[in-house]
Amino acid sequence: MPQVTLTVNGKQHSVAVEGRTLLVELLREKLRLTGTHVGCDTSQCGACVVHINGESVKSCTTLAVMCEGAQVTTIEGLAAADGTLHPMQEAFREYHALQCGFCTPGMVLSAIDLVQKHPEGLTEREIREGLEGNLCRCTGYHNIVKAIAAAADVMHGKRDTIAAAAE
Amino acid sequence: MDTIIPFEGIGASVKRKEDLRFLSGRGRYTDDINRPGQTYAWFLRSPHPHARITSIDLAAAKTMPGVIAIFTGEDMADIGGVPCGWQIHNKDGTPMSEPKHPVLAQGKVRFVGDAVALVVAETRPQARDAAEAIMVDYEVLPAAADMPQAQAAGAPAVHDDIPSNICYDWHIGDKDTTDAAFAKAKHVVKFELVNNRLIPNAMEPRAAIGDYDPTTDEHTLYTTSQNPHVIRLLMGAFVLNIPESKLRVVAPDVGGGFGSKIFHYIEEAAVTWAAARVHRPIKWTADRTESFMTDAHGRDHITQTELALDTDGKFLGLRVVTQANMGAYLSTFATSVPTYLYATLLAGCYQTPTIYAQVKAVFTNTVPVDAYRGAGRPEATFLIERLVDVAARETGIDKIEIRRKNFIRPDQFPYQTPVALEYDSGDYFSTLDMAMKASDWAGFEARRAEAARHGKLRGIGISTYLEACGIAPSAVVGALGARAGLYEVGVIRVHPTGSVTVLTGTHSHGQGHETTLAQLVSDRLGVPVANVDIVHGDTAKVPFGMGTYGSRSLAVGGSAMVKAMDKIVAKAKRIAAHLMEADVADIEFDRGTFRVAGTDKTKSLTDISLAAYVPHNYPIEEIEPGLEETAFYDPKNFTYPGGCHICEVEIEPETGAISVVNFTAVDDVGRVINPMIVEGQVQGGVAQGIGQALLEACVYDPQGQLVSGSMMDYTMPRADDLAPVSVATHTTLCTHNPLGVKGCGEVGAIGSPPAVINAVVDALRDYGVRHVEMPATPAKIWSIIHSNAPRMAAE
Repeated sequence: MPQVTLTVNGKQHSVAVEGRTLLVELLREKLRLTGTHVGCDTSQCGACVVHINGESVKSCTTLAVMCEGAQVTTIEGLAAADGTLHPMQEAFREYHALQCGFCTPGMVLSAIDLVQKHPEGLTEREIREGLEGNLCRCTGYHNIVKAIAAAADVMHGKRDTIAAAAE
Repeated sequence: MDTIIPFEGIGASVKRKEDLRFLSGRGRYTDDINRPGQTYAWFLRSPHPHARITSIDLAAAKTMPGVIAIFTGEDMADIGGVPCGWQIHNKDGTPMSEPKHPVLAQGKVRFVGDAVALVVAETRPQARDAAEAIMVDYEVLPAAADMPQAQAAGAPAVHDDIPSNICYDWHIGDKDTTDAAFAKAKHVVKFELVNNRLIPNAMEPRAAIGDYDPTTDEHTLYTTSQNPHVIRLLMGAFVLNIPESKLRVVAPDVGGGFGSKIFHYIEEAAVTWAAARVHRPIKWTADRTESFMTDAHGRDHITQTELALDTDGKFLGLRVVTQANMGAYLSTFATSVPTYLYATLLAGCYQTPTIYAQVKAVFTNTVPVDAYRGAGRPEATFLIERLVDVAARETGIDKIEIRRKNFIRPDQFPYQTPVALEYDSGDYFSTLDMAMKASDWAGFEARRAEAARHGKLRGIGISTYLEACGIAPSAVVGALGARAGLYEVGVIRVHPTGSVTVLTGTHSHGQGHETTLAQLVSDRLGVPVANVDIVHGDTAKVPFGMGTYGSRSLAVGGSAMVKAMDKIVAKAKRIAAHLMEADVADIEFDRGTFRVAGTDKTKSLTDISLAAYVPHNYPIEEIEPGLEETAFYDPKNFTYPGGCHICEVEIEPETGAISVVNFTAVDDVGRVINPMIVEGQVQGGVAQGIGQALLEACVYDPQGQLVSGSMMDYTMPRADDLAPVSVATHTTLCTHNPLGVKGCGEVGAIGSPPAVINAVVDALRDYGVRHVEMPATPAKIWSIIHSNAPRMAAE
């Protein structure tokens, strides 16, 4: 079986995998990082999104063996060591941007990448279009869009806190 | 030192307690659970909609790597079928046709996805590989792919012993009175419509883990369920013959349900049964393709309806003839959806004096159809609110005026409808007025003209709806054929140092119960929300429960908690009276403080709980130690949320593309416990309603193959399909439950589809369009526009 060595949330792992093993299977089944979810089998829903070398990627359509030497961040690795939430996580809570929580990890990781790629800021329409690859069945997306706008303000230094952005 | 404790009781938008674990990847969904020694299941499923199984050859599959066991229907010949929970009777009083639903197919397969064999292997890929090596010989039969096909002469019988393919032919209301009303009508408006078949698509696919402990002979099932106690009851008593005391069902975090996770599915019984045969835990997780093929679908009605009106536009009578698709087998609550959850709602919020409805339930070679968010009430509401709009147009009465003319007035409650229900409260005039104001109804024509200047067709649509939640008095539903009670259970456990654990028989799969239900305790007992834990979803922890569906968690489950808290307060007052040497009649209680009336002598709830568990100075002869109470609450009636939804759309004539540009919802959901969560529920429900109206369609081809079987084929609403929804509430209190709550989980999905389609039809008003079937896709709209010259241009 091929061996793949990768860093997940700052910790290096060396794992034996089958050629067909997907990154999401490596994360969930080998490393027991079950925060990354599988919601479909056609790369449509985005529940499985993680960051590979800082870019959002659907881990259900990435072979584990493609991740040799990669830096992977999952939802478990977003908060600071002292437990302080990433502004995107905090904004999702503040704006009630999650209900059942199943799409949330992928949604948060996609949203962070979207905001990071747009330092100039994002309109509501751009946020909605930027979420094309992520499905949510519970919220109707409206509060997700508001949360991302607020988190963008904090991530780009336009506001100090999510609470300030909420006002 | 005084600390300021923020108010966290009824009416506060408390941030959700559950969010931290979901946001940090610490949720615990069924597929996140792994049991020691776990194996994996894969179901071999029928590729044919209808076929006889002539042989199954397992020889090659059994030699595949990692295979532990393979089971087929023959191995399960002596266990029960998956039961239906509601028996409907035909017009002539005979019971419905109720075919056996075997766990694995026996002799015949009846829909694409019907399970033929269960492979258990060391890994999931190994189980899947082995399933592919099973050789099944099928004799393919012609299929009854839809309701017209199933009822045609010489149609193939889905079940050999039900040649008509009719499950039941049921009716409600008074035929003669309704016929008489039509005989004297000035106007009769006739209308045919389809309520499109939907696929629920909760984001978490279904999953189940069976586990068996030979030492204790105990079976455990972890499952993606909205109601674990109901699964335990149905699977234990009807399918596997396991007593409740030996069967534990756990429904941990569940990633959305929308009805599709109410039902007892064959995979739950299969892994529970097989785990006790292989003596190892077995995990099954559906992939999305399996979800499309095997989760119960929703809606799927074909209806003819007629409304009789007098010269003033007052409704005189309503006739409805509906065909409802059951699919190939009866899912748990399938039979109740087009009857007691649909036809009983046909009065809507109007004073229609007489109604006669006939419903025929039809078997087809498709996956079973059952409750999906709203369950019967969206179908009724779509019919009524489209019919009222068509009636307004054909009688020349303004569409607002015709609604106001026929609304049940606030002074008429309680209001007995001609289709069994008695509404307790509501104020349809106020929700209508608020929604018209919030949506700037008066300014619409200007917006329409402005849109026309940009080449767009703009339309506005309204829906004034009523629905029924919090199902329902057990004796009443029992008389109507339900095979379960519909009470709820609440346990309030006040711990020695004052924190509280609540055990509830309801289940949260996105609704935020851990927060809302904690607010009820905070409001009554004065305990901070952080110190209240809500436990649900485990039959080993919670005494009993009927789960969450039909927006019943607060109305029924919350009421059970109130009843248990009443008992807590009554007992605690007696303890307080002893501690403060006062008469119990003189003890007042308010949010955590017991006071001797007219004095400054007080005790906190923690003083009482400590005394109850450390009973050194305690009237032990008169009062038992401990502070824990259980209550079962049986609802006295349904609750009746209602309201008004207004939608504005813009259509691009060149492409037929429709954009929802404004959506206003004003709902009466009774007392609001957490406004933030209520708004979120309405937003999500409206998104599903817009999905039904504009995007979503389950399609089987004429041979019975599921065409819309993936997220690349079935249009799920995405963020850029939707616009912000303006949400407001207007409260009239439910009169018969202690919280005054009605329920908010389904109002969005019930009220919105007719508002959207009414807006689409309004936008196309110059094209002579009377109705557009859901989903109103760009292709449909484009062909309407391009095959009908605008009347204005023609005239």
